[in-house]
Amino acid sequence: MSGRILEIKDLKREFTMGVETVRALKGISFTVEAGEFVTIMGSSGSGKTTLLNILGCLDKPSIGDYLLDGVDVKKLSRDELAQLRNHKIGFVFQAYNLLPRTTALENVELPLLYNKDISSELRRERAIKALEAVKLADRHDHTPSQLSGGQQQRVAIARALVNEPVMILADEATGNLDSRTSYEIMALMQELNQTQGKTIVFVTHEPDIASFSSRTIMLRDGIIQKDTKNESPRSAREVLDNLPKRITFPTGF
Amino acid sequence: MVAIGQGSKQSIHDSLSNMGSNMITVSPASNLNGGVKISGSSFQTLTSKDIVALKREAQYITDISPSVSAKGQAINGAQNWPTTMSGVDPAYLDIRKLSLKDGIAFTEQDVLTSAKVCLIGQTVIDNLFPNQNPVGKVIRFGNIPFQIIGVLNPKGQNAFGQDQDDILIAPYTTVQKRILATIYYQNIYASASNEQVTDAAVTEMTNILRESHRLRSDEDNDFQVRTQEELINTLSSTSSLLTVLLTVIAGISLVIGGIGIMNIMYVSVTERTREIGLRMSIGARGKDILMQFLAEAVLISITGGIIGVLLGILSCRIVTLTLGWPTIISESSVVLSFIVCALTGIFFGYYPAQKASRLDPIEALRYE
Repeated sequence: MSGRILEIKDLKREFTMGVETVRALKGISFTVEAGEFVTIMGSSGSGKTTLLNILGCLDKPSIGDYLLDGVDVKKLSRDELAQLRNHKIGFVFQAYNLLPRTTALENVELPLLYNKDISSELRRERAIKALEAVKLADRHDHTPSQLSGGQQQRVAIARALVNEPVMILADEATGNLDSRTSYEIMALMQELNQTQGKTIVFVTHEPDIASFSSRTIMLRDGIIQKDTKNESPRSAREVLDNLPKRITFPTGF
Repeated sequence: MVAIGQGSKQSIHDSLSNMGSNMITVSPASNLNGGVKISGSSFQTLTSKDIVALKREAQYITDISPSVSAKGQAINGAQNWPTTMSGVDPAYLDIRKLSLKDGIAFTEQDVLTSAKVCLIGQTVIDNLFPNQNPVGKVIRFGNIPFQIIGVLNPKGQNAFGQDQDDILIAPYTTVQKRILATIYYQNIYASASNEQVTDAAVTEMTNILRESHRLRSDEDNDFQVRTQEELINTLSSTSSLLTVLLTVIAGISLVIGGIGIMNIMYVSVTERTREIGLRMSIGARGKDILMQFLAEAVLISITGGIIGVLLGILSCRIVTLTLGWPTIISESSVVLSFIVCALTGIFFGYYPAQKASRLDPIEALRYE
């Protein structure tokens, strides 16, 4: 996978609330190349969520162009957008959004259910492979309630990987996790980015998390305040190794 | 409920059938003779040949019996009573739905041998055998002695005030040979296999009899075939009334059930807004969500249908056991109830499902 994944030109998004017009994004331009690990940062009200919705093809810009993997999103209908999301984007949410009372494997299979070109055997095979990629090969039949938060988020990442998207779009993916588990998730993200060359766009408000990415876009009041390349991102694996070991109680305690 | 309805329909049907609604009567036709209409009974057109032809060719007829009757005085010792003796085939009892209170009916063997045996009606008993059991006794009808072998259950008067119990029934050969000395029949009674085919049976019998009588196509029938039209009409209006009543009740309960399903689906859509948002964000189209919720609505209604059928079967058993009402569970009503369940699910599930399919994925995802 190479080339330009995201191409955004002078993107604006306005909402009309009664008589007032709220301008959430006031002209944003940037591009993301294949294999980048971009974090989008910003305080609340900076337009972060609006941008994320547009990047995720859940919303369309009012003015400006958005090309996802060469497809002009503006021209697509509701159903075509759904199909585009299905084929090109893998979502990871803050609240995991796994289906309750459904096994990990079935949760991972879910995006492929909406892709009619994939047979049920292939679906299963790819779901198993995706779970292996997030190191949960032994948790196929566990339901979300039987998994820890970190494990649930890894299932969600597997679900985002299973349709082989051009981009993984993570929305505060570590927001509900403690710092150790956050680092585990970030280590997994980095691994996917570096070994498999996955393009990742990660929305967060924690600078700590942003330091693991190769590029950080800072939003403020609907415009890009800063767009910095991070030449030497921290390795989440190393940070994890340097953390004090988990306290383990002797048996019988 | 449908089973109880069909059961009562069947029981009403049976009781009306008891009156012989599927009975068909053939009698000689009235005829024009030199400008004067002459009553059909003076004509002698129905013979054993007709019976043989009808037995051989008619398909809609289950029982057939010739009939001849003679008026006369029945005598038992000092008692006597003017009555009518009907000469018939054993099948006549089935056609007229007559049953025996006591004794036995005569048989084909008695018909072949023109046996001097007879069955006796209640009115005749009252007049000839006050406070006695007549079975086995011998009476005289005219000059001929008959042994009484069975007693008929009382049938009361018919619609025209005629006493149906003032009768003696004997084999037709006996009445033909020993009393009337004739080879003709006065009537032929037959029963159609059920009320629905009565008309077909009439047409069929007419054709067979015309052929048997060698009538040319331009000649009028020398006989007439009549049905119990009045009874049939009563029967069909009663059953259609019942059907309408049951349909209305079933319709009301369906609407109530449907509204229940609509409510459940609304709750389900609201509860699972986030799931809908998630499904949409990973590529489900509005159509997919619509189908999912419709399928769930149909599943709910069909599950309800299965439970309903089981409960229905159970309550039918209970009703039959405790109240003694007849119930009939037909396969078609079970199949129909499943189809109706599925349709109810689709009809009442459509609106909530459509609401789900039109949700905005962004808002649905953030829904708390």
